[in-house]
Amino acid sequence: MSWQVHLPALVVSVPLLGAFISIAMVKPRLRNLWFATILVATTILAFLMWRYVAINGTLVYVMGGERWNLTLPSGMTLPIRIIMEVDAFGAFMALAGSIATLASGLFSVRFLDRVNDGNKFVALFFLLFAGMLGLEVTGDFFNFFVFLEIASVASFGLIAFWRDRPEAIEASFKYAVLSTFVALIFLIGVGILYGVYGTLNMAAIAKNMQVGFLEKLALVLFIVSLAMKSGAVPLHMWEPDAYGQAPAGVSCFLVVVGQASLYGMFRIAFSVYGQAFEGNVLAWVIIVLGLLSMFIGVIMAVIQKEAKRLMAYHCISQTGYMLMGIGLGLLALSSSQAMSEYGFTAMKGGIFHIINNAMYKGLLFLTAGSLFYATGTTNLNKLGGLARKMPYTTFMFAVAAAAIAGLPPFNGFVSKLLIYESSFVVHPFLAVVAMVTSILTLASFVKVFQSGFLGPSRDDLNNVREVPLSMVVGMMVLCVMIISLSMMPNWVLANLIEPAARDLVNQASYIQAVMGSGL
Amino acid sequence: MRPLSIVVRTICNIFAWFVAIFGAYVILHGHLTPGGGFQGGAIVATFIALLLVAHGGKSFLGWVKKEIFSSFEGAGLVAFVCVGFLGLSTTFLYNFLALKGGLFGSAVPIGPNAGVLNSSGTIALANIAVGLEVVGGLSAILIFMFLGMRYVSEGGKEGVKDDK
Repeated sequence: MSWQVHLPALVVSVPLLGAFISIAMVKPRLRNLWFATILVATTILAFLMWRYVAINGTLVYVMGGERWNLTLPSGMTLPIRIIMEVDAFGAFMALAGSIATLASGLFSVRFLDRVNDGNKFVALFFLLFAGMLGLEVTGDFFNFFVFLEIASVASFGLIAFWRDRPEAIEASFKYAVLSTFVALIFLIGVGILYGVYGTLNMAAIAKNMQVGFLEKLALVLFIVSLAMKSGAVPLHMWEPDAYGQAPAGVSCFLVVVGQASLYGMFRIAFSVYGQAFEGNVLAWVIIVLGLLSMFIGVIMAVIQKEAKRLMAYHCISQTGYMLMGIGLGLLALSSSQAMSEYGFTAMKGGIFHIINNAMYKGLLFLTAGSLFYATGTTNLNKLGGLARKMPYTTFMFAVAAAAIAGLPPFNGFVSKLLIYESSFVVHPFLAVVAMVTSILTLASFVKVFQSGFLGPSRDDLNNVREVPLSMVVGMMVLCVMIISLSMMPNWVLANLIEPAARDLVNQASYIQAVMGSGL
Repeated sequence: MRPLSIVVRTICNIFAWFVAIFGAYVILHGHLTPGGGFQGGAIVATFIALLLVAHGGKSFLGWVKKEIFSSFEGAGLVAFVCVGFLGLSTTFLYNFLALKGGLFGSAVPIGPNAGVLNSSGTIALANIAVGLEVVGGLSAILIFMFLGMRYVSEGGKEGVKDDK
């Protein structure tokens, strides 16, 4: 037994320890060092966990058990204790999330110099990190709810971090009310399943799942609450405010936290309900959510004048691609012919889009943060001609914008192409909407690039200089990731994406990892 | 907030201590009786609330600094995570003290019994850690609410500093 079996517990507890100790840090320099150390350590742990799962298959971990894999002590028919379960999909999400978090943390180090209670920022940041990773490693419904709440409460504080701005307080309050409401909806769903099956473990519920009225009711509650948390369209109204008002490093982070909720939705749809849920209703609901998010998100984005708000609307639109890709996979779940024809390609596209979006959307938010740091505004009407003064930021923005618009050499193109190909098989309309969205995305980022970085330099921006080194390093992490994802899409597809897609489809192995094959 | 009358203050001086002791009892017996770290911590925090209401905030803040509650909070949280890490040779949060004898690990006899206080292993440690955290957290909330009230009632003029 290597120490690496403890990784699911460590990726949650190390950031928690980081959060609690950072409250007591007196010297800012020491605190910044601690911040960077724990960030890097957690990212390394997430990477090791991904590697362990890639080599040894699904990893289960029993908190406080006599053995780390003693999920089902003899004589029990249901698993006891809190169980973490990490398959390739969960490990992939944790890895993608930690890389984006590392970048946003490095970017935020200099931001901490400008606030007088940076300790609290660091504490909330790590709590959010622990909550996000917890969502992606847990195998238990109630724990999922607990981590959802940890992540929510930490994000309320982070969104309202500039609390002298009324808009920030408003955004945070709006998010707090909605998010608490849907978390309780989620809890009711958990209560229903607990009442029917007498257990909270996802794999145990999946094994005994018989879809009746109560299970369908619970599923509706889960999908509604997680769609809201991830910002899919009919429930997206908090997202532009929250992402637009949060400090830029936090906006980048909130993108991957939203994706963790998306992960929960897919986990429930595939691993808990899976083939027990007959008919295509669930798949079509997810696809339609995706279509709406894609299109409405992008047409709202085109008309924005405020860079961060524009990017927040794009975030909604990109969520649509993931929903559509994985929804198509769900549509094909019951027939192996459909799965090989379009389903698996669509899922690869959707999952690839998750990591792509985490990287380029995160980078875009960070460049918006650099603009704000350097000029004090992100209003596009007040910017212009910054390409000479901020060459690094301009370069990174160009890379990220090309990637999000799906221009051919970049990674966004690969995942979008997979989604176009597979959705065309199901219905051409889906592919058309996806392509139109992509074109409008390009249009709106051309607008940002033109009005922010090109054009004659403005007199009121003469004193602008490039942002400090640590911010450039933070952006560089994501930029390097985007370029490497673009350079070797085949390697990424074979080693990162396909194992994740296979594990997500394979409900039996998810159940077997906890329940064993004997029962 | 001004102090209340001498009657209220005297009663508070006598009886508030019982609240604190009862809270400590609930924390320490968390594994045997209803309650536990959170509930007991909340009861101890009502002790702080009683003092704050009866004696007024000015004299209360003369007795204790509010930073001490923040340090309670941090210490409790760190202690809880450390209890988890100490079990890591088996699993995270493993109860490594149970049935080992000593202060926390005595065995429980089979059959009906009144409960053995020092039988719970790390559960008692975790309860104490949570209790400490909740005492600190809820008391800090009460104090900040009081400071906010003072800030508002005095027209926001008095230099109530940022809650650093």
